[in-house]
Amino acid sequence: MGKTLFDKVWDTHIVDTVPEGPQILYIDKHLIHEVTSPQAFAELEEKGIDMARTDKTVATADHNVPTINQHLTIKDALSRKQVDTLTKNCEKFGVTLYGLGHPYQGIVHVMSPELGITQPGMTMVCGDSHTSTHGAFGTIAFGIGTSQVAQVFASQCVLMNKPQTMRITVNGKLNPNVGPKDVILYVIAQLGTNSGTGYFVEYAGDVFEDMSMEGRMTVCNMSIEMGARGGMIAPDQTTFSYVKNREFAPKGEAWDKKLTYWKTLHSDKDAIFDKEHHFNAADIAPMITYGTNPGMGMALDAQIPTAKNETEIKALQYMGFKEGEELLGKRINYVFIGSCTNSRIEDFRTVASYIKGKRKAANVNALIVPGSQQVAAQIQKEGLTQIFEEAGFEIRQSGCSACLGMNEDKIPANEYCVSTSNRNFEGRQGPGSRTLLASPLIAAMTAVEGKITSLT
Amino acid sequence: MEKFTKLQSQAVPLPISDVDTDQIIPARFLKATNKIGFGSNLFRDWRYLNDTETNSDFVLNNPKYTGSILVAGANFGCGSSREHAAWAIADYGFKVVISSFFADIFKGNALNNGILPIQISQNHLNAILERLEGHPETIIEVDLEAQKCTVDVLNIECSFEIDPYKKYCLINGFDDIDFLLSKKAEISAFEKNID
Ligand code: SF4
Repeated sequence: MGKTLFDKVWDTHIVDTVPEGPQILYIDKHLIHEVTSPQAFAELEEKGIDMARTDKTVATADHNVPTINQHLTIKDALSRKQVDTLTKNCEKFGVTLYGLGHPYQGIVHVMSPELGITQPGMTMVCGDSHTSTHGAFGTIAFGIGTSQVAQVFASQCVLMNKPQTMRITVNGKLNPNVGPKDVILYVIAQLGTNSGTGYFVEYAGDVFEDMSMEGRMTVCNMSIEMGARGGMIAPDQTTFSYVKNREFAPKGEAWDKKLTYWKTLHSDKDAIFDKEHHFNAADIAPMITYGTNPGMGMALDAQIPTAKNETEIKALQYMGFKEGEELLGKRINYVFIGSCTNSRIEDFRTVASYIKGKRKAANVNALIVPGSQQVAAQIQKEGLTQIFEEAGFEIRQSGCSACLGMNEDKIPANEYCVSTSNRNFEGRQGPGSRTLLASPLIAAMTAVEGKITSLT
Repeated sequence: MEKFTKLQSQAVPLPISDVDTDQIIPARFLKATNKIGFGSNLFRDWRYLNDTETNSDFVLNNPKYTGSILVAGANFGCGSSREHAAWAIADYGFKVVISSFFADIFKGNALNNGILPIQISQNHLNAILERLEGHPETIIEVDLEAQKCTVDVLNIECSFEIDPYKKYCLINGFDDIDFLLSKKAEISAFEKNID
């Protein structure tokens, strides 16, 4: 029987199997950030052990950093302490850190791929559930808890039971104005938020083959929102061209050798998946969410469906929406374009090409937060800054920002925010905030119209 | 890690499904650099109406409900991988969480912190939640060795699954990190082949 892409990568990383227990999986790259690492470093110190492979660990500060005046001392004392703790720990243990002010600093899942740290066939972990993003390169990448961060520090391995495999195939051609974000919101709305639990997903079919790397990252990023630990896409010419010549990509002979190997990373024709789902690209419309989990999504111009259970009733109450109601015409005062889902250069190009020559509505606060310093520099270089400024959008410095409302970038209570991030949980963007997840294009359009509007 | 074998306790019902880790512990409380004190912010935005006022409608503020078992709706712990959620639950005093379905990362984080996640059928879960509503004094018994969860008054005795390795860790208070450190030689041998 043939092997799936997942099997191929997994099997080559198994150090050992615990009888009747999990497997020991070797990790090629460990990404860390300020929020989920301090207790893991502390555990090393308590136990008096050193890090196994500092050379396979890269750190950045992203979750808890301000997005204004990053050159100044962080005002919030607790945030400052957390960021300083990361700096001290990295110095002490000898870990490469792209901290505030460094030209490579950025959201961990934006920074690593753009530097060529993420490569096909790797195993990668990070104390962050959206580590699934890196699966876009044909990588086994998943989020871990802080105890596991400590385990990887100590041993460069995690203990894990081999997940089952699921393939999600979307064939056909996408409708106009439908992008990667719509595809993944559609899939999650169809399958539900726990459909992926226990599985690793492979996305296959025309739609993903035709997608850019940025788009594939958007899709894989949200795998966790259906409960899957990770999602993967087989590497192809698009992947190889993206990785080639990036800072940490292999060069010369090493490149040729890797490339030969990477070309073997695809599911064999006769590979069997534990579960398969098929969708038609033509059925997917621009999407928006109306509830408090990413599975509560619908076509932009649809009506809010009937609540299926107590939890959905509670979600509609929280959002201030009614069953059967349309979202079209709803006044929106906040728009957030950022997060590891949609803060790459391609996302901002989409936004810029829509808003060029337009202005945001007077009622709207529109925030643009690049995913990394490199994206910010690119925005500048391509002249998008001027377009955003003329349209009245506010451009910030890179970080997670209003995606999780840890720093001061929060959406006020009861306010709606059309957001390009990945989670619409209660209070995710600040206590009482109400999040509607959508693509960068819909976010841009909402900012211009001041309300949710149909694209046609 | 603390050892876990048996527990007999009252339980706190939370009949909500898809409870995400942002509800268990909101992001603004993740600024700490240690693991202490998260319990006071467990379910913070459901427990409090504002900075000072508690929400008397929320179950943790109802003095009738106490105990070290939390009984929650399906897909408990979805969303962010923050282990702070498990720390908050443990720090508050819960040792067991019962649900009909757990999110993956949360389940692992719970086990790594000596919290036992017990998955039971939706029918049993509904029966227990319903019972707890009218009878907060109901006792639930958990026996890890036998992998059994019992509610005498309801005539419920359900067995639950747990990975044998994880069971061994809980019963003996053994951490994954100790296990991995004991495998250093195998890991080094593996590394020789790939580097
Ligand atoms: S942008 Fe949001 S989802 Fe992504 S890593 Fe940061 S907080 Fe997590």
